[in-house]
Amino acid sequence: MRVPLSWLREYVDLPAGETGRDVADRLVRAGLEVETVEQLGGDLKGPLVVGKVLAIEELTGFKKPIRYCQVDVGDANGTGEPQNIVCGARNFAVGDKVVVVLPGAVLPGPFPISARQTYGHTSEGMICSARELGMGDEHDGIIVLPAEYVPGTDAVELLELVDEVLDIAVTADRGYCLSVRGVAREAAIAYGLPLSDPALLDVPPANAYGPLVKVEDQAGCDRFVARSVIGIEPTALSPLWMQRRIQKAGMRPISLAVDITNYVMLELGQPLHAYDRSRIDGAITVRRARAGEKLRTLDGVERTLDVEDLLICDNSGPIGLAGVMGGAGTEIATAVEDPETGRVDGTTEVVIEAAHFAPVAIARSVRRHKLPSEAAKRFERGVDPEAGKAAAQRAVDLLVLVAGGTAEAGVTDIAAPHPVHSITIAADHPDRVAGQEYGRETVVRRLQEVGCTVVGGDVLVVTPPSWRPDLTDPNDLAEEVIRLEGYAELPSTLPTPPAGTGLTESQRLRRRTGLALAGAGYVEVLNYPFIGEAVLDAFGLDADDPRRTTVQLANPISDEEPSLRTTLLPGLLAALRRNVGRGATDVALFEQGLAFRVDGTDPEALFNAPRLPVDRRPTDEEIAQLNAALPRQPRRVATVLAGNREPDGWWGKGRAATWADAVESARTVAAAAGVELTVRQDRHAPWHPGRCAALYVGDRLVGHAGELHPRTVKALHLPERTCAMELDVELLTADGGGHVEGPRISGFPVATQDVALVVDATVPAAEVEAALRSGAGPLLESLRLFDVYTGEQIGADKKSLAYALRFRAADRTLTAEEASAAREAAVAEAVSRTGATARG
Amino acid sequence: MSAPNKSYDPVEVEALKPEEIERLRDEALAAFEAAADLAALQEAKVAHTGDRSPLSLANREIGALPPQAKKEAGQRVGQARGAVNKALAERRAVLEAERDARVLTEEAVDVTLPYDRAPRGARHPLTTLSERLGDIFTSMGYAIAEGPEVEAEWLNFDALNMGPDHPARSTQDTFFLKDATGQPTDGVVLRTHTSGVQIRSMLAASEPPIYVICPGRVFRSDELDATHTPVFSQIELLAVDEGLTMADLKGTLDHMVVSLFGEGMKTRLRPNYFPFTEPSAEMDMVCFHCRGESVGNPDRPCRTCSSEGWIELGGCGMVNPRVLIACGIDPNKYSGFAFGFGIERLLMFRHNVEDMRDIVEGDVRFTLPFGMEI
Repeated sequence: MRVPLSWLREYVDLPAGETGRDVADRLVRAGLEVETVEQLGGDLKGPLVVGKVLAIEELTGFKKPIRYCQVDVGDANGTGEPQNIVCGARNFAVGDKVVVVLPGAVLPGPFPISARQTYGHTSEGMICSARELGMGDEHDGIIVLPAEYVPGTDAVELLELVDEVLDIAVTADRGYCLSVRGVAREAAIAYGLPLSDPALLDVPPANAYGPLVKVEDQAGCDRFVARSVIGIEPTALSPLWMQRRIQKAGMRPISLAVDITNYVMLELGQPLHAYDRSRIDGAITVRRARAGEKLRTLDGVERTLDVEDLLICDNSGPIGLAGVMGGAGTEIATAVEDPETGRVDGTTEVVIEAAHFAPVAIARSVRRHKLPSEAAKRFERGVDPEAGKAAAQRAVDLLVLVAGGTAEAGVTDIAAPHPVHSITIAADHPDRVAGQEYGRETVVRRLQEVGCTVVGGDVLVVTPPSWRPDLTDPNDLAEEVIRLEGYAELPSTLPTPPAGTGLTESQRLRRRTGLALAGAGYVEVLNYPFIGEAVLDAFGLDADDPRRTTVQLANPISDEEPSLRTTLLPGLLAALRRNVGRGATDVALFEQGLAFRVDGTDPEALFNAPRLPVDRRPTDEEIAQLNAALPRQPRRVATVLAGNREPDGWWGKGRAATWADAVESARTVAAAAGVELTVRQDRHAPWHPGRCAALYVGDRLVGHAGELHPRTVKALHLPERTCAMELDVELLTADGGGHVEGPRISGFPVATQDVALVVDATVPAAEVEAALRSGAGPLLESLRLFDVYTGEQIGADKKSLAYALRFRAADRTLTAEEASAAREAAVAEAVSRTGATARG
Repeated sequence: MSAPNKSYDPVEVEALKPEEIERLRDEALAAFEAAADLAALQEAKVAHTGDRSPLSLANREIGALPPQAKKEAGQRVGQARGAVNKALAERRAVLEAERDARVLTEEAVDVTLPYDRAPRGARHPLTTLSERLGDIFTSMGYAIAEGPEVEAEWLNFDALNMGPDHPARSTQDTFFLKDATGQPTDGVVLRTHTSGVQIRSMLAASEPPIYVICPGRVFRSDELDATHTPVFSQIELLAVDEGLTMADLKGTLDHMVVSLFGEGMKTRLRPNYFPFTEPSAEMDMVCFHCRGESVGNPDRPCRTCSSEGWIELGGCGMVNPRVLIACGIDPNKYSGFAFGFGIERLLMFRHNVEDMRDIVEGDVRFTLPFGMEI
C-alpha cells in the first residue's frame, strides 16, 4: 500500500515538521512494515507554470516532426510576453493548457533547465510530459490540463508534485491497512492524535427503491450495498487532485467513474464496482457459477468458470467475478463523439456496488483464474463489512460533485445477520504473554485505541471493531497492547529448560562421518536434490531399478531436473564435473543427505495424506497415515573422486585415485560408525562391472563402491576412472554399533609367521582372509595381506597371496610349535575353503 | 685376563719402572691426540688400552712384586691408566662432536619444501555453522529435532494455522509433488520451512516442557541468484512450557547472538505477522561488524549492515495457541515461543560471502578455507 503523506495528513493532524521518515519510524514501531519512503519532487525547483498554447509552427527537415510554439505563461516569465518553446510532442493543439518549465528551473533527475538553441530556434524552456515531472511513466505525450486553469499558475502546487509516499508491505492480518483510512488510524494511535475518520459520512437508510439486487449465496456475500447515479457527463474527466492521488498510490487513472471507485477503495479500503446501468439486464444477482458458464472479464480474457466461483449476474448471465474483476459486458463505456452529429455517446448512468465477500471464496477464485487484483487483495485479507455504505455514499458524492450526476434516492443494502464476536480475556493476559506488567488501565486504553469496545474488570469482554476481522483470539488482543506499548520495551529473560541429553547417536555419527571424511581429504558439498531422467540413463539403470521410480515436482525450477534424487551420486558427480570444468584436477567430494525412495512404501497410502482437522490433536492412527503418505527418505552418505589421490611432487610420482580409495572411504564411514564392513564382488550400475564392491554389514547390503562404468563416465563427461561410493547410513547402523569392548593387552611376546597361498584368480581375497582368520583360532592377533603376485611361476589364472600373521597368547610366551600349529591350522582352513595351495 | 708371568724377576720389572710407565702414558696421550677421526682413535684405543697394550701388560706384572713395590707400582700404573682413559674420552668427545657436526650438516634438508601430499578436506561451512548453533542450544538443554524433507501439508501448513485458503500459504513459493505416474499428490509437499518438525516434536511429546531446535534443508521455488536459492538451510527453535513469555523469547535470542558474536550483542523485535505465532515479530540483531557505530557516521560506512546498525535475522513470536491446540497441548496451561532464520544469510554476513551461488555450487575453492571449523 502506497500512502502519500499529504493524503495521510488529511485525516491526522501530524506535527508540521514531521517528515515521511519520521512517520515511517513510528509506524514501523507499531508494526507496519514501511519498506521505503519515496521522495517525490525532492529535487524539483520552479518556475513550473500553466501555459496556454497560442501558436504552433511545424518545423520540417528534421528526423522527426518538431513544433515551435508560442505559449502564454502569464506573468511567470516576468515579461508577460509569450515564451518560445521547441517541442517534440504532438498531442496538443492551439488553445490547450499545458505545463511549462521555464529557464532556471530544475526538473527531477536533477535536470536543470536553461534557454538553449535547438532545431534552429531558441527554446525558452520546455512543455512537460508526466514522465519528465516524475508523475508516472505510462504516457509519452505531454500533459494537457483541463481548460479552467489560468496561465501562469504554479503547477508544482497544482499537480502536487512535491510529496512523500510511504510504501507499506501490509501483512495478511492487516487488511484494514490497505487503505489510507487504516494507515491514518495507526498513525493517529502512534502519535496520540485524533483521527478524522473519512468513513464517517451521512448515509441515508436503506429503502425499497434502490437498484434491484438478489443475494442467493449469503455465505459468500453477507453484505451488498448498491446505489445509482444518473445524468453523468460522459466527457467529464477526473479532477487533477484525484488523478494525482491515484498515481501516487501506484495505480493508473483510467476514466472518471473507474477512477472514483479506485479512489474510494484507496481511501476507505472498500473495493467498489461501477456498472453501466444501461447494460444491466434485470436484477443484479449474487450466486455461484453453474457448470460450463463463461465470463469475459475486463482484461478481455474469456474465462470458464468453476462451480465454486462467486459471481455477479444479471438476466443475461455472469457480469462479474465477484470481488475479483468485473465483466467486459457491463464495463463503463469510454466517451465517443459522433463526428457528424457531435453527439457524445458514453456511460451516463452507473450502479455502484459496495459488497462484502467471503475471503476464502475470493482467494480461491484468484488462485483458480490466476487473476490477482487490487479488489481481491483486499477481500482476501478482510474488508470492513460496515464500510460499504460509506464507500458507496462517497462514490455517489464524487460522481455528483465532479461528474455532474444526480444521485438517485434508492439505497439497496442487503445484510446477512452478523453475530457480534467478543473475546473474553483476563485483564492481565497481555502482561502474561509479554512477561511485563502493563496494568489493566493501559490494556483497556490500548484496546480502545485500536477501536475495540471493552467492558469488565479483572476479566475483560472485548468486542473488536468491524475493520479488524483478524482480532479473534486472546493473543491477538495481547499483541495489540504489546506492539503499541512497544516491542522495544520488552525485558530480556532466560527460561530454564530441563537438563538436556545433547546430540542423538545419529547426529553424533553424522558429525564423526563428516570429520572423518574431511580428515581423509574429502570436501563436503551440499547439492540440490533435483535430478532428471538423463542422469539415470547415463547411469545405465535397468527399467525396473527402484532408483528410476522418482518423486516428481509439479513445478520444478528446471524441466531438465523435475525429480527428487533417489541417490546422492548425480549431484556429487555434477559438482565434480563443475570443479573439473573450472580447472581442478584432483577432486574428492562427499555429501551426507536424504534420498527420496518410493520402493518399500505402501502404494495405497503413498501421496495420499488425509486432510486432518486442526481443532484437536490428530490420533496416532492419523499421524501414522500422514507418515505413510511420505516417500522413504533414507539418510545416505556418498563420495566421488577423480584425478590423483596423492599429487605428483618433489617426492616423486603421485598416486591415482582408484576403486580402492572409494572402498576405503566406505571403511572410513564404517569406522566412524564403529561398524565392521565386509566387501563382496558385485555388478551394479553405475559402477564398472569388474570394479564394483558391494558393502555389507554382516549379511545386510548397505551400499556400493568402486570405479564408475566407463559408459557412465563418458555420458556424464567425467574424468576417466572416476570413482564413487554410496551407502545407506540407516542400514549401516541398523544393529547399533559404536560400542567398543576394552581389549585385554597381553605383555607376552609376539610370534610372527608368514603364509603365501596360491588360489584361482577368481577367488576373492576377502574369502581367503576369512578362512585364515577362522582357521588360525584365538591366538591370532592380526593378519595382514602384504603382497599379491601373479605370473608364470604360479601358472595362469592363479594368484599368490602373501599374509603376515601375528600370534600372541594372553597368559604365556608362545612356543615355536604353538605358533606353527596355529599357522598350519589357518592354512588348512584356507586350503579347504578356497582350494588354496601353500607356496614355497 | 691371563695369569701373572712367573718367569719375570718379581723385584726388578723393567716395564714397571716409573719412567717406563710415564713413557707409555705419554705415548698413549700422543696417539690419541694424533688420531684424526673416530676410526683412528679406535685403533689408538686398542693399541694403548687393549688387553695386549703395554700398559695392560705392565699392569699384569704388578702381582708378582713384593708388597711395598706392588703398592707403588699399582698406584703408578693406575694413575697412568686413569690419565689415558680420560684423554681417550676427551678425544672421543671432540671427535664425535666433529663427526656429528659434519654428518648432520650433510643430512640437512630444505624444510621449506612444500608437502601437500596428503589431500586436504573440509566440511561445508553451512554444516559447521548449523552445528555451532546446535551446540549453543544443546548446551542450554535443548534437543535437536529433525524430520522429513518431503512433508505432509498438514504438518507443513495446516497445523501451523495456515489452512488451505490462508493468504500466507500462497506466498510460500511451495514445490508441489507428483508421483511417478505424473499424478499430483494429495497433501504432500517439499517442506517450505522446518516448522513441521516443531509440530512433530509437540505431537511426539506426551506433555511439555518441550525445548527443541530444528535445523534442516527447506525448499522454495525461487531461482538461484546472488541472494536467493531454491534449496536453503534453516534453523528454528521451539520452547513450550508453563509461563513462557515474549521476554523469554527476547532473552533467548540475546543469548544466541552473544554466543555467536560475543559480548555486547543484542537483538531487537519489530511487530510483524506470521500465522503460526501470535504475537509475532521480526528479529534484528546489532550489526556484529560496526556494532551500530556506522549509523549517522558517513566517515565510517558499514557494508555489512549498510550503515543501518541492525541486521535482519528472521521471524519469531509466541506460538499461536491454535497451533498448540492442533498438537494436543492445552494453551491455558502452556505457552511457547518460536523463531526461525536462514543459515545462508547468517553465513553470508558473518563471513562476508557476497554471492549465494558460491555457497551452493560445491566449488572446493569456496569450502576448503573453512576447513573443519567455523
